[in-house]
Amino acid sequence: MADFIFRALLAGLMVALIAGPLGCFVVWRRMSYFGDTLAHSALLGVALGLLTDISLELTVIIACLGLAFLLVFLENRRELSTDTLLGILAHSALALGLVLISFTDSQVNLVAYLFGDLLTVSAENLWWIAGTLAVVTLMVIMNWNRLLTITLHEELAQVEGLDVVRVRLLLMVLIALIVAVSMKVVGVLLITSLLIIPPSCARFFARTPESMAIIASLVGSAAVCMGLSASWLWDTPTGPSIVLSASLLFIASRLLKNSAPG
Amino acid sequence: MNTPFLINAQGISLQLQQKQILHNISLHINEQQIVTLIGPNGAGKTSLARIVLGLTRHSSGKVERRKGLRVGYMPQRLHVEPTMPVSVEKFLTLAVNARKGEVDRALAEVNATALKSNQLHDLSGGELQRVLLARALIQDPQLLVLDEPAQGVDVNGQAELYRLITNIRDRHKCGVLLVSHDLHLVMSATDEVICLNQHVCCHGHPETVSNDPAYLELFGKKDAETLAVYTHHHNHSHDLAGDVVKDHSDC
Repeated sequence: MADFIFRALLAGLMVALIAGPLGCFVVWRRMSYFGDTLAHSALLGVALGLLTDISLELTVIIACLGLAFLLVFLENRRELSTDTLLGILAHSALALGLVLISFTDSQVNLVAYLFGDLLTVSAENLWWIAGTLAVVTLMVIMNWNRLLTITLHEELAQVEGLDVVRVRLLLMVLIALIVAVSMKVVGVLLITSLLIIPPSCARFFARTPESMAIIASLVGSAAVCMGLSASWLWDTPTGPSIVLSASLLFIASRLLKNSAPG
Repeated sequence: MNTPFLINAQGISLQLQQKQILHNISLHINEQQIVTLIGPNGAGKTSLARIVLGLTRHSSGKVERRKGLRVGYMPQRLHVEPTMPVSVEKFLTLAVNARKGEVDRALAEVNATALKSNQLHDLSGGELQRVLLARALIQDPQLLVLDEPAQGVDVNGQAELYRLITNIRDRHKCGVLLVSHDLHLVMSATDEVICLNQHVCCHGHPETVSNDPAYLELFGKKDAETLAVYTHHHNHSHDLAGDVVKDHSDC
């Protein structure tokens, strides 16, 4: 098998595996707009990288983390609803990104950032993805029960002595990190679907939070394999093919659930 | 007043966005004492409970908690996302400080052992309240704070729930702060009633409070008569905005 396909598969599977559990929290806590906003700011990160000659991976992560912290700060002021704040931040970040990109001399292939460019993943990209996701995975495993506790009832958790603000911030940082590294896989416009669709499939079959997370990982991985195969066989764009595969799996699991007894 | 207190709050006021929610409230909860907060909607009952819990910062006044106070909290409602599959057992195991065996014991105590492997979002209102109570018990609380525990529970269930709470107080020797807007069943179990409408309208033993004109004013004569357990006297009434109007007829 060609090297580039192998690298693409590896990067896609790594992202899908950890997008499963994190995506569950996005679904449970209704944070999908937050995911979108992060994705928009990822493009700002690209612009910053191009302008400053710092590694793109790093500036994208910085932009996503910066946005997450800014959101927490603004939320605490309680002047506007989170929904409105996200709308302001998402589009400001996107617009700023696009304006900044126009200042760079380089010929920027915007489509690659918007829809992903999995087939051009380099060995260096792979290390970035692997390193970041290793940290994210470790944090998710270590904090799994705490994350579940604040998701069920934040104030109950707080009265019981949990540092709710810290756990919530941790979750936002972890989502920011996965969004930052997934840009290469499915692109800015499609990242959220990778977080949302696999857990939605998993919900039909899961009886525990853990099984939902694991099934979501498996569904995401299957979508990556299917999308890459389609891209290989029919020369379709990789990112959209992966997302479309996930959508098909969603429809299939819905039908399967309907036909199953109970 | 030398009994060891659990909560001693003096002169608590709360202002949110220029709106006065609570005005000069004092609240004292002793060991094994059941204190009930009653009052109409918007009287600030939940806000006061949240201040006791440390979830809301009061604007002025002083709240003293006993050192290392263990609190069990039963929130008004638990909204479980239908997208989240979680069993009763898992929900209880997630309680911070939950120890092994504690979950079974707490479930048995609220007569909910049979619910253990049920999914949380399949529970009825009454079942969910009992599971929430079990979660509060896992903390081995010295103080139980129950915010409208009987909400969404039918009348028979309510009587049973209040009996359960009294039993728990006797068994665990804990203090209880109960928030409620219905008086019918609360009263018999209560040691002290605080009738709240942004300030303390009246307080005392249930029988004293239920004859109080301010209490009658607050809840309407008809309602109050059907209850007629709680007798006390007030020196003022409230207009529609909840502001204090000095009452010339009574005191």
